[in-house]
Amino acid sequence: MGIVVKKKSAFKGLLLPENKITAKKPIENLPVPEKVIMPLQQSIGAPCEFIVNRGDTVKAGQKIADSTSYVSAPIHASISGKVSKTIKVVNTVTSTIMDAVIIESDGEDRWVELKKLFDIKKSDDFSGLKKIVDSTGKKEILKKIREAGVVGLGGATFPTHVKLNPPPDKKIDTLILNGCECEPFITSDHRIMLEYGRQVLAGLYIISRTISPENIYIAIEDNKEDAIRCLEELIIKMGFSSIFKLVSLKSSYPMGAEKTLIKTITGRSVPVGGLPMDVGVIVNNVATSKSVYEAVIESRPLVDKVVTVTGAIENPKNLLARLGTTIGYLIGECGEVGSGANYIIIGGPMMGISIVDTDFPVTKGTNCILVKEGRVQIEQNCINCGRCVNICPMKLMPLVYARNVKRGNFEVCREYYIENCIECGSCAYVCPANIPIVGYIKTCKSTIAKNNG
Amino acid sequence: MEKDNILISHAPHIWRGFSTSKVMYIVVAALLFPTAAGIYFFGYSAIYIILASIITAVLTEFVIKKLRKKKFIMDGSAVITGLLLALILPPGMPLWMVVLGAFFSIAVVKEAFGGLGYNIFNPALAGRAFLSVCFPKEMTTWVLPPYFNYDAVTGATPLSESFVYTDKLSLYKDLFFGNIGGSLGETSAMLILIGAAVLFIFRIIDWKIPAFYIGTVALGSLLMGKDVLFQVLAGGLMIGAFFMATDYVTSPVTGNGRIIFGVGVGVLTVLIRNFSNMPEGVCFSILIMNAFTPLIDKYVKVKPFGFQKKKKNA
Repeated sequence: MGIVVKKKSAFKGLLLPENKITAKKPIENLPVPEKVIMPLQQSIGAPCEFIVNRGDTVKAGQKIADSTSYVSAPIHASISGKVSKTIKVVNTVTSTIMDAVIIESDGEDRWVELKKLFDIKKSDDFSGLKKIVDSTGKKEILKKIREAGVVGLGGATFPTHVKLNPPPDKKIDTLILNGCECEPFITSDHRIMLEYGRQVLAGLYIISRTISPENIYIAIEDNKEDAIRCLEELIIKMGFSSIFKLVSLKSSYPMGAEKTLIKTITGRSVPVGGLPMDVGVIVNNVATSKSVYEAVIESRPLVDKVVTVTGAIENPKNLLARLGTTIGYLIGECGEVGSGANYIIIGGPMMGISIVDTDFPVTKGTNCILVKEGRVQIEQNCINCGRCVNICPMKLMPLVYARNVKRGNFEVCREYYIENCIECGSCAYVCPANIPIVGYIKTCKSTIAKNNG
Repeated sequence: MEKDNILISHAPHIWRGFSTSKVMYIVVAALLFPTAAGIYFFGYSAIYIILASIITAVLTEFVIKKLRKKKFIMDGSAVITGLLLALILPPGMPLWMVVLGAFFSIAVVKEAFGGLGYNIFNPALAGRAFLSVCFPKEMTTWVLPPYFNYDAVTGATPLSESFVYTDKLSLYKDLFFGNIGGSLGETSAMLILIGAAVLFIFRIIDWKIPAFYIGTVALGSLLMGKDVLFQVLAGGLMIGAFFMATDYVTSPVTGNGRIIFGVGVGVLTVLIRNFSNMPEGVCFSILIMNAFTPLIDKYVKVKPFGFQKKKKNA
């Protein structure tokens, strides 16, 4: 049909073993768990404060925590039941302790009343949908997005209403919908594009109304041919072919990282220490787009998440899980864990975080749970081979970081622009000496952050 | 899944598995081509020298690791050092000298500096330099191939002034195939190039250092009015450019740094070949540039993604 444009990566990427074993498995609804753990910080920005008390009865979708600060997103109960107690949990991203609330299910799954403006599953009258969106003002849209607690679901969890409201001096001319999903194993975005394509595209249309960009791209890696074809058909059917451009990208890690994606699609380089909006671009993930649709048209808050449970497990699945469901419950739903598997990762194998405690909940940023056999990493001496320098998509010198962090020279790392590192893990993946370079980089970044206040 | 066994580690949780020892053994495999040439042209003495050198190198590393109370890893780097040293020694070298050279390479040049990754100089080249200072006579006695006919004759290497030849075309042919006097593994340009091809296929080395090294020598020889093809094929340039100057540890890490390194080695080689009293300059040129490597790596950096020049404040 010719609305798909093919592009090669504009950076030296990695070809990783994909292992997307759940790509053909439809999303299954995970049964409502007996309890959920809702941490108070599930996004970048200020933590929320409880607006419910212990012993209160809540319905699914009811707001339970909010914050007065702008860069923050409220949190909603994901099941109906009783607020039983507050506990402390470790934030896996920042490694800090945060408060969480436990809700015990009443087993009825009662919801707050949701006002649906349009039924996208049944109706094919998309002009009606467009009319609804066009008649909703930008402020109204952003307010609905905030109230629904929508954050960037690609992993960064940046509050979406803030992202879609850039400062007036930043002119945004390009909007990119990120459906790359370049990490091995993960298939949640892939399945969302296949099964919620309508919502994703409608969500993109809503997002585009808030920033009025000249170009709107939908970027998908070419290892998801079925998703590209599915969205292509839908774009035509929904009458978006004049405004949305579908781009099929050569699979290459880390294509889904904002900076490399923007470079590949627009040719622009986000400056060191800068944001995509500095080059006039906003990138949103497909799952975020779906949530934006649900927030604006169905007034449905973000209370569930498609999570891929995969790896060394009997029955890998894509599950639609309520936020706060424990990792252990998801794993249990997928059968026996492989005998040698002793490694649980939240996220993908390249950037995910390994955890000890399976009582940790699914949060807004969770997109994958990977169970695998651990590898014992024996760090050897750096031989100065330069593979890390050669592969780094941010054109940094990772070996310098490893060397200097070991000696405690954190300032040297700053001279080498360590803040530009996106922690994609390519350097450590190719390192012949098996040096945990990303570990050193994270140590360095957190030490610098601590020293600066 | 038992909680006690659960592993925690930093991302990434997968690894390409292309380890240091794999890199090293691919280099060893690539070196087998020039090694085969050495054995073919110089016979049993070549085999003895190679074995003596490798065994000494590995044993020395093993003993020193034990003395330093460090773990000995058979990563193949000592094998490379031993093999490389053998390949750049004269085929008639007494074995005890070979053993001494290999010991020096590992004990002094490599381990005394901290082992693999910390040495400043290429161990094999420094070992050769050590031997040529200690035993200048043996280090310049060249046996002419073929050796298997037992009529061992000695003669000059092509780069020395006393070397005479009659037919230019057959000289090039001899230089290319290796039927000429010289160090054990440096004579056959053809087999060195095959070995280099192996390194390129497995992406072990970057083209920049050999290309700029050989290119600079060619250009320099042209400017000096020398026979360019002869200068490129003769002596240790080929094995030096592909197997010595490209040593990771002792060469720069960035692309531009490698270009500077290659040009630097090339200029030094031309200078030594034309102005010093030594016929050959590859060994010392690379060693001198090894010393510059930390400096090059300090000042030649990669421009990061999205780098913008800071606007000058008025």
